[in-house]
Amino acid sequence: MIQSDLNIMLPEIILALYAILGLLGAVYTGRDKVAGMLVWLTAALMVALAFYISSLSGDRTAFDGMIIDDGFAQFAKITILLSAAAVLVMSQDYMARRGLLKFEFPMLVALAAVGMMVMVSAGDLMALYMGLELQSLALYVVAALRRDSVKSTEAGLKYFVLGSLSSGLLLYGASLVYGYTGTTSFSGIIAAAEGQAPIGLLLGLVFVLSGMAFKISAVPFHMWTPDVYEGAPTPVTAFFATAPKMAAMALFARVVFDAFGGIVQDWQQIVALLSVLSMFLGGIAAIGQTDIKRLMAYSSIAHMGYALMGLAAGTTLGVQSMLIYMAIYVTMNIGTFAFILSMQRDGQPVTDITGLNMYSRANPARALSMLILLFSLAGVPPFLGFFGKFYVLRAAYDGGLAWLAVAGVIASVIGAFYYLRIVFYMYFGEESEPLDRPQSPILWGFLVASAGVMVVGIVFLFGIESVAQAAAVTLVE
Amino acid sequence: MSNVLSLTTFIPLIAAAILAVFLRGEDEFAQRAAKWVALVATVLTFLVSIAILVQFDPADPGFQMVEEAAWLLDIKYKMGVDGISILFVLLTTFMMPLTIAASWGVKTRVKEYMIAFLVLETLMLGVFMALDLVLFYLFFEAGLIPMFLIIGIWGGKERIYASFKFFLYTFLGSVLMLVAMVAMYADAGTTDIPALMRHQFASETFPLLGVQIVGGMQTLLFLAFFASFAVKMPMWPVHTWLPDAHVQAPTAGSVVLAAILLKMGGYGFLRFSLPMFPVGADVLAPLVLWMSAIAIVYTSLVALAQEDMKKLIAYSSVAHMGYVTMGIFAANQQGIDGAIFQMISHGFVSGALFLCVGVIYDRMHTREIDAYGGLVNRMPAYALIFMLFTMANVGLPGTSGFVGEFLTLMGVFQVNTWVALVATSGVILSAAYALWLYRRVVMGELLRESLKSITDMGGRERAIFAPLVVMTILLGVYPSLVTDIIGPSVEALITNYDTAVAEAGASTQHAATSH
Repeated sequence: MIQSDLNIMLPEIILALYAILGLLGAVYTGRDKVAGMLVWLTAALMVALAFYISSLSGDRTAFDGMIIDDGFAQFAKITILLSAAAVLVMSQDYMARRGLLKFEFPMLVALAAVGMMVMVSAGDLMALYMGLELQSLALYVVAALRRDSVKSTEAGLKYFVLGSLSSGLLLYGASLVYGYTGTTSFSGIIAAAEGQAPIGLLLGLVFVLSGMAFKISAVPFHMWTPDVYEGAPTPVTAFFATAPKMAAMALFARVVFDAFGGIVQDWQQIVALLSVLSMFLGGIAAIGQTDIKRLMAYSSIAHMGYALMGLAAGTTLGVQSMLIYMAIYVTMNIGTFAFILSMQRDGQPVTDITGLNMYSRANPARALSMLILLFSLAGVPPFLGFFGKFYVLRAAYDGGLAWLAVAGVIASVIGAFYYLRIVFYMYFGEESEPLDRPQSPILWGFLVASAGVMVVGIVFLFGIESVAQAAAVTLVE
Repeated sequence: MSNVLSLTTFIPLIAAAILAVFLRGEDEFAQRAAKWVALVATVLTFLVSIAILVQFDPADPGFQMVEEAAWLLDIKYKMGVDGISILFVLLTTFMMPLTIAASWGVKTRVKEYMIAFLVLETLMLGVFMALDLVLFYLFFEAGLIPMFLIIGIWGGKERIYASFKFFLYTFLGSVLMLVAMVAMYADAGTTDIPALMRHQFASETFPLLGVQIVGGMQTLLFLAFFASFAVKMPMWPVHTWLPDAHVQAPTAGSVVLAAILLKMGGYGFLRFSLPMFPVGADVLAPLVLWMSAIAIVYTSLVALAQEDMKKLIAYSSVAHMGYVTMGIFAANQQGIDGAIFQMISHGFVSGALFLCVGVIYDRMHTREIDAYGGLVNRMPAYALIFMLFTMANVGLPGTSGFVGEFLTLMGVFQVNTWVALVATSGVILSAAYALWLYRRVVMGELLRESLKSITDMGGRERAIFAPLVVMTILLGVYPSLVTDIIGPSVEALITNYDTAVAEAGASTQHAATSH
């Protein structure tokens, strides 16, 4: 019995053990000297685990339903592991140049990944909280990785304080849910919360959703995002924008469907409101930004709004569209951050978008790749980002939320403006002091690969359409 | 050749990819190579598109040379042409070599310039051939990207403002269409355009936010598509992006914009609005007719007041597009025949007029009307060609401009005499601004010192204009060249439209009596 339970959690256990042993090993051997090797090792292990998970199939539960390993969790885990691995590999060069390559970094990322994997597999409020906190604590530390920088420590502290607040909200909500249903397991909650839910349970639902909305940085719980994105070292920002977003969004879906699937109409309006606020605020607030990291923070807020639009539909199609959207979003962000990581002048990182003036003249190929990514982020066809939007719009319309679809497309026009502004600097700007010629072939590879996916992907979406559908079916039914 | 349509569409894209991958550097040789590759590719595209015309059977009103392949969801990659679309395809392939040839003088970033135009050609051709809703939207929207870059990189002083306005304005117009497409997909379960044409969308009146929507779902869908096509067309009052874009775009950009991109709006009305939402179109037709009449008179008056040649021609384009929308929404054979004819003719004439402006702009680097005068003394050949296209723009019988205007006016006269009356006054106004422009630029004494040494058109410039002159006169004296091809398809369109409107009318009457 216990053996089969552990077997189901094998990937999490391996990664957790690896992180602990890696920390010990590094402390007793070379410390930061082995950090470069650990980065590669961690990334390789993550990719291997992703492959292992992709070979699994079927629904399994462990520890009396505490942990659920189904198609949905597998989809999310693969995305999380691959994107975390990609960010690790991308960050190595940047971190090493700035003396930030500490051995704790890959280990903390690995621990965060364990937390995320537990989150998306959670079948119980306890497991949910455990995963969430493991992830969050690791992320608080990596946000403050640059200890001698005021901005970085400020980012870490802000993230910690606001993150704790959100955890508190979530716990409070969980206690209310427990009080009104008498159980913490999702299967128990869904049995208790069928049809007309008591008001106390609804209150609990609202608190739980608020706590999770913090993690996906949906408006009005987004305030930490721009500051943390700006303050954290760029590779860490890249990490924040990808894997944790996927994990939190998957957790969100897990909770609303597995625990509250019986009262869809009660949470649907909340999710729709979060969605529409995020889309508009993300678009409007980004207009005034000149720092590309802050800009990407608002961009991610807007993108979470679109992903929530899929969830708000409350249907299998909605979950499928959300998964496709998130997979595309993560891919776009990896490419975009590969570009941002390569922005430097005289060896110092540049994050002001005016620094990109006439970038296309010095680096036509990179500028073109970035152009594709930006239009894809804006959701302009024919790039893959458009298909992400198309899927969620379709789900929202089918779910009876036509108004949300209309609001979404109008917000996308507002959002297009700030992506165009970056294109403007790269292509139409005035000649000014150019950026350094980017050196790292790894970043170049990720940038071009990501842009290539945006173009080639429109032919067949790399088959994720059917995979996401299967995953959505296991979650909703 | 069973996939001649895809071949035509993607030759320019392949050429663009070749340029992007293989051509390096900015030296003299690279620039020349880029121009030649682009020219050869566009000419080749034109030749292949002739094969489409040869294989085309004008008697068949349905879609021909259809190509189909599975894609995502239920979306298909499906291409085909019918009598309505084939001429736009040919117009595009015909104009592109001329615009490339007219860009021979470009000096900055030649490779990127040619790539942008080649990509744009693929996207424009795709719009006219796509037989799947999503595929259509893909081509339709993607065209914004190269045009945004063309205006923004190679444009004039105010290019930044113009390019952003162009992009955001048209993007806002078409996103509503995207939601409508999602709704159509949900309703009909397919995105196949011929199937959607057969599908009857609900037209029962229902309340929305307290307003009774006459024509129901069809009216809402119609409005969403209308938002997109009216901006693209552009119709008054959403035309304000066009003068900015035209003035700031480089000459070739203006030519493509006027000759082809504007036609996407009119094509969209004929491909989607009329056949798919006949009841909605019927409900809103009077509004559209009046908007067109206002557009014709108002923008003609605005054109009279312009100091900038390109702006004047841009406003004249808006007025001419007014005839097109008027003809389309008259929804009878003369009206729609005339509208298509007007679009084709306007493609040649306005394209040629922008090229005319380009000829003297290249020499003097100004578009101010006041900076010219008496050009006939130094440039007799130019004066002759400019005269011909001015007359075609006015709608002189014997030129292609006349046929379109006359047919649309005749069509609308049968539907709404008052609109026809107002619109006809536009004919006089167009003569006023066009002839006045001609007088101020070409006629009179050559007084300005700077113009004393201006040279007449060279061989390359004459060669560019020659095909346009031929087409303008040919269509003017032999209009059935066009109407024979479009006739059967237009007839089928009108029959379906009338039946659908009559059925909807009968069912509402039935509902009223049964109450």
